[in-house]
Amino acid sequence: MSQPDLASLPTTAFEDVATLAARRSARWRPGLASQQGKALHSEIFASSREAAGAGATLALALDDWRNVPRGEGEEADDRRAVLWVQTRDAARLGGRPYRAGLPKDLQARVIHVLAQKAEDALFAMEEGLRCRDLAFVIGEVAGNPKALDFTASRRLTLTAQKHGVPLFLLRVDAGRDLSSARMRWEITSAPSNAPEWNAQAPGDPAWKAELFRARSHAPGEWILGETAQGLVANKTREDTDRAVVNWTAGLQHRRTPRRA
Amino acid sequence: MNAPAAGLPSPRTRRILSIWLPAMAMDRWRQGASERRELDDKPLVLIADTAHGPRIEAANRAGAAAGARAGMMLADARTLCPEIITAPSDPAGDLAFLEKLAVWAMRWGPWSAMDAPDGLLVDVTAVPHLFGGEEGLLADVASAFARRELAMRCAIAPTAGAAWALSHYAAPGTILRGEEDAETRLGELPVAALRLDQDVITVLRRLGLKKLGELTTIGRDAIQRRFRNRKSPAANPLIRLDQILGRVPEPLLPVAPQQMPLVQRRLMEPIRHRQLLDQVVADLAEDMARELEGRGEGARRLELGLWRVDGEVTVRRLELAAATREAAHIVRLFAAKLDDIDAGFGIEMLRLRASWAEPLALDQADIEAAAENHGIALSALVDRLTVRLGPEAVSRPVPFASHIPERAQRWHKPLEPEPASQGQLAFHKRPLKLLDRAERIAVLYATPDGYPQRFRWRGEVHEVARVEGPERIAPEWWRERGATRLRDYYRIEDQRGRRYWVYRLGIVGDGRGGAPDWYLQGLCA
Repeated sequence: MSQPDLASLPTTAFEDVATLAARRSARWRPGLASQQGKALHSEIFASSREAAGAGATLALALDDWRNVPRGEGEEADDRRAVLWVQTRDAARLGGRPYRAGLPKDLQARVIHVLAQKAEDALFAMEEGLRCRDLAFVIGEVAGNPKALDFTASRRLTLTAQKHGVPLFLLRVDAGRDLSSARMRWEITSAPSNAPEWNAQAPGDPAWKAELFRARSHAPGEWILGETAQGLVANKTREDTDRAVVNWTAGLQHRRTPRRA
Repeated sequence: MNAPAAGLPSPRTRRILSIWLPAMAMDRWRQGASERRELDDKPLVLIADTAHGPRIEAANRAGAAAGARAGMMLADARTLCPEIITAPSDPAGDLAFLEKLAVWAMRWGPWSAMDAPDGLLVDVTAVPHLFGGEEGLLADVASAFARRELAMRCAIAPTAGAAWALSHYAAPGTILRGEEDAETRLGELPVAALRLDQDVITVLRRLGLKKLGELTTIGRDAIQRRFRNRKSPAANPLIRLDQILGRVPEPLLPVAPQQMPLVQRRLMEPIRHRQLLDQVVADLAEDMARELEGRGEGARRLELGLWRVDGEVTVRRLELAAATREAAHIVRLFAAKLDDIDAGFGIEMLRLRASWAEPLALDQADIEAAAENHGIALSALVDRLTVRLGPEAVSRPVPFASHIPERAQRWHKPLEPEPASQGQLAFHKRPLKLLDRAERIAVLYATPDGYPQRFRWRGEVHEVARVEGPERIAPEWWRERGATRLRDYYRIEDQRGRRYWVYRLGIVGDGRGGAPDWYLQGLCA
């Protein structure tokens, strides 16, 4: 028999592994995709009065896209397209993407879909997740439409997992309803740092990001910023230890293997 | 380089064969049945019915000798020759016959064009050596038409116009070589050789210009002034003259016979159920895929026709973002289009036609199954989205040469190549998102020409904390009316860090309206 019988191993072995894994993954941080792979389904809650949601979504998506480890023999630049799906309401409230303002990497790669209804947007997102020629999919849905219930979000999660295409679902002016998203963020704007040459001008964008629910991370709050080096995150509070320890303890408890 | 373009034959080296069939309608009528040949000696005319009675369209030799002419009323001809025999003319059949002749005439060159109503043009560039020179080629043409018993005159010249003129107005079998001086050779021809409308020929005749050579004697400026309002080539002798001499190009429409891939199923039993219909469509798609594969093509547009028992025909059209011949993909796209089909008493025939196909190279299927990429290709995704959401819903932003922000971006089809554009100057930051329409905001400012200090947008007040600007964008006078006001753009950040792109339309005292309004146009990241 090549594989050891899992049930015969001592429980402590699993606990150690679980603790280690939990310690390592407890905190979200930029560049985490290099160890854990892409976050496949994230939801970002934002207001329609600002473009902070879209900006942070792009920053998070590009952070994952840059840091994800390359497979064997994948030397060529990833020039795949990006699908940006908007419902008509979301486009009316928050505007449409503007090419000159997009990140340089994305300017020539955005394919925009304008859906009349939330159902159409869900269809477009799901089809996009099935497409191997897409780097990631951004969906923008306004409010809490009936079509976007837990079943629909579970469907999106499974499709994203099956095909490995990340989905970033931007929820504009929405309440935190049930969802199966792996990471759920709440994003608002934060005052930017003063630029070096003109302290009166708005600087590089900064966002206050609250990760309020995540499957493999402890919740937390950060100030995200997009700089030339990439995404940077500064903690808003020094709340590292207790929250993580508590959360890890809970995880350990949950991960205790069931015996047959 | 002064030569026109490397690789293309210059106008001097091109050779066009013009064939004129002066009696095509009569020859065709004569070959229609064997007993018609016995009427050769008797006066015979082909007539068409007009509002003023029958008019002669063509006359045979005996008829012409008796005085009948094309364009004459039959009653007038009857007074000259009471025993004249008549037969109806068939212009549509003549045109179809000419088209077949044009395809047949490709035996002398790679492509041919119809010169309706009674002529053909064949490109014989670099071909004559196969027939032993151009004289040999013309002899072959003459013998081929003689075998078919069609009266014919032909000529070869470097341009289509010159070949036409020589075939109609010079001795049969004239050859105008590229190195000869075309102007002097053609100078003796009448002005009608220019293929002009009858009224223009009348004008030229009244001006005393009867030959081509005389056109150049009175100076180009004079003719240019006389015909300055005539833009169509058939109404302007100068354009025609330039076309004859090869100074301006003359596009010709070749008749290249091409067949669309077409597959169909006639059903023993009319179908009334969706399940069966899907099965038949799947079969048709597979047939089509095989057909396309044999031709090395992929379909860009597909038309599915459904013939119902009661005579109704429904057609469903599909356009694809990239050439494809994947049966499963085609079936899937059609499935969304067949939801509202009314089968009535049943569908008895289905036909699938690829009315637009593009070359698509055969590609090898994956050698090992593990290498097979899962998921669908981008073109398939675009097709699926387009079929469900409509062709306008899927697009891609492309830059456009304009200073005005909302005009500097256009939405194109997603898989079209990006249009060439000048690189953008990145002096100024642009917002991440642009509102569909700039929204009016109420602004409180310290000075009317300065930046805002507080503004109200969508019912909420924003305190401005930081400002950059103004970036002045002047109206594009070549596109807009003169009274359009300039815009002063400011990038601002409010007390909570929200960043916006606002502008003031106009400045105080610019004489183009009252106090300037403020608008919010973009949301910055």
